[in-house]
This record gives sequence, C-alpha cells and structure tokens, in this order.
Amino acid sequence: MEVVLEANRCLYCYDAPCIAACPTGIDIPAFIKKIATGNVRGSARTIMEANPLGASCARVCPTDELCEGACVYQHDAAPIRIGALQRHATDWLAASGERLFAPGPATGKRVAIVGGGPAGLAAARDLALCGHAVTIYERDDELGGLNTYGIVPFRLPVDVARWEVREVVSLGVEVRTGVTVGVDVAPAELLATYDRIVLAAGMGSVPQLGIPGERLRGVEDALDVIERAKFGRPVSLGARVAIVGAGNTAIDAATVARRLGSEHVTMWYRRGPGEMTAYGFEVAFARAEGVAFEFHRVPVRIEGGDGAVEAIVFARSELQGGVPVAIPGTEERIPVTSVIRAIGQMRHRSLFEAFGLAHERGIPAVDGALRTSDPRIYAAGDAIFAAGVTDAMVVTAASQGKAVAANVDRDLRGAEATDG
Amino acid sequence: MADLAVEFAGIRSPNPFWLASAPPTNSGYQVMRAFAAGWGGAVWKTLGDPIVNVTSRFAGLDSGGRKLIGLNNIELITDRPLDDNLAEIAECKAAYPDRPIVASLMMEMDRARWHELVRRVASAGVDGFELNFGCPHGMSERGMGSAVGQDPELVELCTRWVVEVADVPVIVKLTPNVTDIRMAARAARRGGAHAISLINTINSLIGVDLDTWNPIPHVDGLGAHGGYCGPAVKPIALNMVADCARDPGVRLPISGIGGIATWRDAVEFFLMGAGTVQVCTAVMHHGFRVVEDMIDGLGSYLDARGLASVGDLVGKSVPRFVDWNDLNLDYRVVARIDPATCIRCNKCYIACEDAAHQCIDRIVRPEGGHDLVVDEEHCVGCNLCAMVCPVDSCITMTRVDDGAAKTTWRERSGGLPSVR
Repeated sequence: MEVVLEANRCLYCYDAPCIAACPTGIDIPAFIKKIATGNVRGSARTIMEANPLGASCARVCPTDELCEGACVYQHDAAPIRIGALQRHATDWLAASGERLFAPGPATGKRVAIVGGGPAGLAAARDLALCGHAVTIYERDDELGGLNTYGIVPFRLPVDVARWEVREVVSLGVEVRTGVTVGVDVAPAELLATYDRIVLAAGMGSVPQLGIPGERLRGVEDALDVIERAKFGRPVSLGARVAIVGAGNTAIDAATVARRLGSEHVTMWYRRGPGEMTAYGFEVAFARAEGVAFEFHRVPVRIEGGDGAVEAIVFARSELQGGVPVAIPGTEERIPVTSVIRAIGQMRHRSLFEAFGLAHERGIPAVDGALRTSDPRIYAAGDAIFAAGVTDAMVVTAASQGKAVAANVDRDLRGAEATDG
Repeated sequence: MADLAVEFAGIRSPNPFWLASAPPTNSGYQVMRAFAAGWGGAVWKTLGDPIVNVTSRFAGLDSGGRKLIGLNNIELITDRPLDDNLAEIAECKAAYPDRPIVASLMMEMDRARWHELVRRVASAGVDGFELNFGCPHGMSERGMGSAVGQDPELVELCTRWVVEVADVPVIVKLTPNVTDIRMAARAARRGGAHAISLINTINSLIGVDLDTWNPIPHVDGLGAHGGYCGPAVKPIALNMVADCARDPGVRLPISGIGGIATWRDAVEFFLMGAGTVQVCTAVMHHGFRVVEDMIDGLGSYLDARGLASVGDLVGKSVPRFVDWNDLNLDYRVVARIDPATCIRCNKCYIACEDAAHQCIDRIVRPEGGHDLVVDEEHCVGCNLCAMVCPVDSCITMTRVDDGAAKTTWRERSGGLPSVR
C-alpha cells in the first residue's frame, strides 16, 4: 500500500530531471507510473532495460545525490523515494522468476569481456541482446564483482547480485570463472579468438599503507574483510578496530566490524570531514552504527607482539603541496586489536601492459567511445575510474557497460558493413 | 459566531447539515449517534413496502491512491419493519426535539397506498416527508424511485397525492438520470411540493474485475447497475442544483445533495441556491464525526466574511450562472508562470504542447536550467496549465483585456432565441 501511495505522489514530470540525473537514464516517471497502475512487470522491465544492475542500484545508489536529489520535490515536499520504488519493482521481478529479455538474432561476432563485475555484466547483457556471442572471463569463483564480494550484505545481499548475474547469463552468455586473463589465458589468445575485447576488470586489492608493521597478524584488507563477512567465513577483528581511510569501502568495513561485535571502531582519515569520499548518507549510517571518526591523522607505524597487532601510531597531519603529511612530535599510540586498510584499490597495471595498451599509472587511456589504444579493445567500469573524472559507483559502471556495448555493437556492425 | 440555524421550507434546523436518506440513517441507533455528533437533521432511510436486499451492495471508485472518490450501491430502501422504524423515529424525536427528522417515502403508484403510508409515518412525529423519486436501481424496475422521477406527469401526480394528506412540508427528491432535471422540478412544484432535494444517485457500473471479469460489485457472478455518489458526482449535482435554482418554473427551496464532503462543498451549494445540504458518502467513508469540521468551517467562513447566517449565502452565485451565449467574448485571460516558485516539472509545458495550443516555451538559461514562458499572444487562456501545475499560485490566469468591451454571442448573432 505504501508503495502505491508513494508512486501516486510522483508528479510524472515531463522530461524529468531525475532521468537526467540517473547515469543509466532510467525513465523513472514511467516506471513509477507503472507501479501506480499495477503494471509492476512493465515497471521492472523499464528499469532493467535501462540498467541491467537495476536491482543492486536500487539498494546502493547514492540516490540523494542522483535521482532523488534531482526530484522537483525538494523544498515543500520530500523527494519521491525513487530508490525504494525501484527496489519494489525489481524485487517483484526477481521473486516472479520471469525472464523479460531474450538474446537477439546471432550476428556471428564474438566478444570477450574480462571481468564479470557490474560493468562487465552490463556490457555482456546488452551485447547479448544485440546477438553477439559473449564470453566473460572472471578470476573469482562467481560473477558480480564488488556487488557479490565487496559490498556489505546489509546494503546489498548476495542473492540480489546473484539474481542479476543469472539474468545476464541466461541470455546465453558463456562464463569462465576462476580464470585470470594474463595468467591462465594469454591476451594473444583472446585477440585471436574474439572480434572485440572489453576490459572491465575493475580494480585490485587494497594497497599497503607503506609503513612498518604491515605484515603483522590482524592487519587486514577491507575488501577481504567484507568478502569473508559476506560469505560467512571467519573474521576475527577483536574489540578495537582502526580503519584507515574514509571512502565507501572503509565505511562498509567499519560497519561490518561493528556488526561482527567489535566495540570500538574508529575511522582514521588523513584529511578533513569535507574531503571524505564516502557518501553523506553512508557516513551518517556509520555514525548511527556507533563508528567513531578521527580526522587529519596519518598512520606512522603498526606495533605488535608475538606477530600480532597491538597498536597503531597516528600523527596529526598537515598539507604540504596538497598532500597530508605527518607533523613531527604529534604521534599518538592507539591500542588496537586489528587494523583495516581501506585506502583505495590497486590498478591492474600488468593486465593492460599485457595487452600492450597505453595507460597512465594503471588507468588505460580511452577515447569518447571507451576504446583503448588498441582499436579491438574497449574498457569500462572501475578499470578506467579516475578520481575527479568519473565516479566509482555501481551505476556508473552499469552506464559504462551499456555505453561500451553500444559502441562495440556499432563497431562490429560497421565492420560487417565494410566487409560486405 | 454566525448563526448556522436555518429554516428550510418551514422546517427549522440548528444547522444546515442533514444526513441524506441512505445507509447512515437506517436506524435509531445511528441517527442518535449522528445527532450526538452534531448533525442538524436527518432524512430517514426510505420507508415503504417490505423488500429484500442482496449481499455485496457497495463498491468504491479510487483514484490516484485516494479511496472512494466515488461510491456505487445497489442497496434498496429499508429492509426493517415499518413499525420498528417509526418507533425509533419517535425515540429520536424525543431525545433530540430540535433536530428535524424527515421521512423518506417510496410506494407503488397508488393513491390510497400513498395516503396510508403518509398517515402512518406522520404518526411518528416526523418534521417532513421526502418523496424518493430518485433511486435508480432495483425499485425503479418495479415502477418506483427514478421510474417516477423520470416522468414529470407521475412526479406531479404523486406529489399531489402526498400533499393532499400531509400536514408537514413535502420535499420531492429528484433523479439526475434524466436529460433535463428542471422538467421534474417544475412538475414537483405543480404538484404542490414545498421543496425539492437533489440529486439522487446516478446510474453507474463502477468497474469490472480484471481477474474474474465479473461486474463490481457482483452478486454470485452477476451485477446490476447501481447508484453513484461521492465526491466525483459533485460537479453534476452542483450544476443541477444551479439549474433548478435559476429556473423561473421551479422557485422552490432546494436541499442540495451530491458529493458534499466538506464545509467548502456546502458553501458552493448554498451559493448556488441550496438552503440545506444532505450528506451520505462522506459519512460512509469517515463516520458521523465529519460534521464537526463542517459546522466549524462554515461558521468560520461566515464570520470571516462578516455574514450573520447561512441565508446570506443562499443563491448568491445563481445570477452569475448563465447560458454560454451570455458570456463576454471580449474577456481575455492569459497564463503567467512565476519562475521563482516554478519547480520545472514541465507539466504545464507538455499539457499545452500536446493538449492545448502550444503556447509554453522552454527557454534555456545561459547559466543552466530553463524557464517556462507563456507566449501570451497565442495563449487562449484555457486554464489547463494552471490546472496541471502542482504548485499553488505558480501559474496565475491574468486578465489582459481592459474591460471596456463586452460582447456576447447572443448580441453578436442578433438575439438568439433562448432555449430555456
């Protein structure tokens, strides 16, 4: 009932600003109207057609910065709860078990997608709809990327990620999991087998802090902690946890630590509150979960005994040339039971080098069509994420996956026309 | 506070809010509760020969998440013994001597039987009779209700029979299921009625069940047309009340009925000539308590306007309700959109573009965003944009002629004959 009430509250704006604010351009008033008329199936189709990750985006999108932030209701009325309505429609579809999409007539063209996360899945879905034969190479055991492994379950349950994966795979997409391109399969082999390649490998693990003591037991990679928690594997963090970093993954690690029972969880950030890359609502959520924040602190060293973490030493920071550096003499020793690194992710530099692609510090150069320096190879998603240029959101990855699929399709059909 | 007491066709009432003859006035228990809640009077559920009702009697029309904008029913007149009703009427009169109870009556077209019914019911001490020439379902198939109301000769005849023996005022309740309600109203006057009440319910089929394909409501799989009432019928009722009020052949007090749910609705009926109003659906939806704000709101409205009584409202807008041919063809309004309060939902734009005269332009601002601007030269002043605008007072219809010229079609065409 609440859903229909909310759907009816939508003004059904013409050329609505919420559509423009959605990176995947979902026709939001249309899908909401369909909920209001009882056409939930059509609503889900509208969403999933525009965004193959529509169910996970309904949960993890920073909607107040996107669609809901653009809603014409801002001052005298609350914005329409677009994310919740999108979740309602996509949940309905998942529960119904219906398959709304079918692969297009076969084109005879083959496309390899390296990486089965959001960008790769979105690209695979749309390429399959276009009739191309798609193979996804995934180094993990399951597809879904960060949706499956890297977002805490109370934000994105693994079942939702798996449902989206199944929808894509059901279109006849071939899947090779547990295969690392560049290790298990040579780039040359892919280039010989496929007409086009899409690199959607995302990013790697969290880099080292570059301070003494990082090898001690109890120093963890945030993504690894989240993955273990999400799949019910043992995570032992102890009572006092220091998170280094203040992005959305850092928040996830902090809240997961709280929910695993750690009493004192503090996020330590080298800059100020205004510079945190975590969304405002995520920070508010973490505070509500009992997570503490310390700002303008840089880690200096980690101390331990018997090979295990006992404390981490932070210094106050000041900006030198725009970079926060430790102020001598301000060191403070914080007793901890574990330290979680959450300072971003490493780049798959070696992958891009193996394909011989031009890149800058591990970020491949792409043109407006997301084509790399090799015209047969495209790239999308976090793999081409560059701070200040794009956003590392699921919805951005989905939008780039769609864009890359459209470009590859145009490219392949153009090539076909030329060949003919 | 203004005096809300009214005298209607000789019937005195502490306020002009009466319960219409309908399910809420089915029993003494209900009418006692209504009077305790503050209702000024009650028209008792129609008395007549014994009938049998079906189960599954009502159905509602919801719109845009709002419940019961319309209600349809196939319930007949009272199914309780006449003696029980009369005893309860007497009890209510004893408990609330200041509240008029009007007995609604229905009988086959037989003078002697009408006389008998009027005499018996009069003995209970009713303050008036209301002749039910309006119910469109069930009883009409047996030659009563709207079957009488649709034939002016029968209306006149039957009214005369009642007036012959009644020693309290006789109100004739009219059916809207006619091409011109004034014909029956004039007939009621010729028959000697002291007042008219309108409208009774409108022939209706509220819907069809999309799953079963049964009519709504259905009785064991079959449906029959019912009588339609509630907020959705108000404009139809108001027009008919106004038509009777301005008709020289009617000139009778009018009790307004049809979709009155608030004091605001009531004021509109008073202004269009009603001396009292009767309410049913609002009570069926919310209970007798709705009368509290009706009384309070009406009193405040009269006070705010410096009016002493309801009578100061009655009929005041009737002279302004004329034939189309008497409207000023030189009057000209155009839409003006306030950019400061506009929320850019573009509802006005698309309404004008697709359904009116393409007179709203979206002007892009150099600094981003856009304004909606009316092409006043071509705007025909249809009001549609202002109607679809969700922001109060954002679009105002502004007069742009100087008021000097005034031409009506009747004048322009050299004196059209009146159709009245």
